[in-house]
Amino acid sequence: MIWDSNFAVSVFPLLLEGLWVTIQITLLGTLLAAVLGLFFAVLRRLAIPVLSPVVSFFVVFVRGTPLLVQAYCAFFVLPAYGVSFDAFTTGVVVIGVNYSAYMAEVYRSGIQGVPSGQWEAATALSLPGVRTWGRIILPQAVRTVVPMLGNYLIQMFKDSAVLSAITVVELMATAQAIGSSNFRYLEPLTMAAMLFLAISYPASRLVNRLERRYAPQH
Amino acid sequence: MSAVIDYAPLLWQGLLTTILVAVLSGALCLVVAFAAGLARLSSHRLISWPAGIFIEVFRGTSLLVQMFWLFFALPFFGIQLHPLTAAVLALGLNEGAYAAEVVRGAIASRAKGQTEACIALGMEPALRLRRIIIPQSIPAMLPPFGNVMVDLLKNTSLVSLVTVADLTFRAQMIRSTTGQTTAIFLTILVAYFALSYLLTLLTGWLERRFALDRRALAAQRKESRLMKVGAA
Repeated sequence: MIWDSNFAVSVFPLLLEGLWVTIQITLLGTLLAAVLGLFFAVLRRLAIPVLSPVVSFFVVFVRGTPLLVQAYCAFFVLPAYGVSFDAFTTGVVVIGVNYSAYMAEVYRSGIQGVPSGQWEAATALSLPGVRTWGRIILPQAVRTVVPMLGNYLIQMFKDSAVLSAITVVELMATAQAIGSSNFRYLEPLTMAAMLFLAISYPASRLVNRLERRYAPQH
Repeated sequence: MSAVIDYAPLLWQGLLTTILVAVLSGALCLVVAFAAGLARLSSHRLISWPAGIFIEVFRGTSLLVQMFWLFFALPFFGIQLHPLTAAVLALGLNEGAYAAEVVRGAIASRAKGQTEACIALGMEPALRLRRIIIPQSIPAMLPPFGNVMVDLLKNTSLVSLVTVADLTFRAQMIRSTTGQTTAIFLTILVAYFALSYLLTLLTGWLERRFALDRRALAAQRKESRLMKVGAA
């Protein structure tokens, strides 16, 4: 028999612990990405000289380079300049910043989708900029992009496996460690894959339903 | 910076390996995309269900898990793949599953009248697909295909974790021998960025080349340019 059920059952609790770390990374990373992405999107829209083009370039650059290399940069380069966190924090920050670049684009499309009449009305009422953004534009812009943010959450859940390369002990790293210490890779890797699927598949069905419900009605 | 110059030939070889992996898995991705995407559209359940399961499994699990599975778990079934083969297979199948959804979506959203006209003209299903439906769907597929290809290119960096000596692998090697971390990693970041930028340019060119109505597209672009000028 190739598949060893006893072994599979014995390592399952360890994998669940790894899964919990993966979920923590995903939730914290998404939170960071959602906030930072909004920040980037607004900064780009405000067209501040020097700052906005720099943010734009940063967003494009992050989207054009691999997550793994960004993670290596944060893990190996930053400590050389005296900035060092533990692997978990570094992982969350790297994946959060990476996804913030994608979310900035999502927010941008949301902000562009707000009818120009809303801007004009805010100007006509001489609302200050902060209130125009905070009370008029963003509430309308964010509502339409919520399902898309959900898609990125699922994507991040799967992508967080990359962080195993910088010694974050999440699901993938746990499966790999079990494999190398027992010389049996089949069971841990298969179960890790099934755990990823067991969460991401229902989640993506849910997001699909949200998408249909929140679809703009014309 | 000296490490980058000293080890430039190694980095160059790594870059070539990265490009090789990207081209091979990109080709596999296209084949898988059309095979699975068309199978998914089939009205025979025996054809569409396996395609659906393939797409959901490969989209629902991490690429890294798939790559490690092919590299570490497959030997338990007596199949030992070369690292490059495992890497290309995982990348091609994973991105192919995403691209299959693109193919399916683009074809499913074609106007129904086209299919009906084909049936009225007595075209066989295969001919209908080959001469009418697929050529019409290509322009709609190109922009999302471009995104998948850029993703694929960036994900080639993961092959370094199954010991394929690509750009990232070489950079790690040079980092551990010279310790010049910053210069090395900045160099490869810029290299990856340049590659993905080139890919974006290529997709943009293809989009213009294969636009259904090139004159209409040109007019549309001119208009949007004018609007931008007006806004500024």
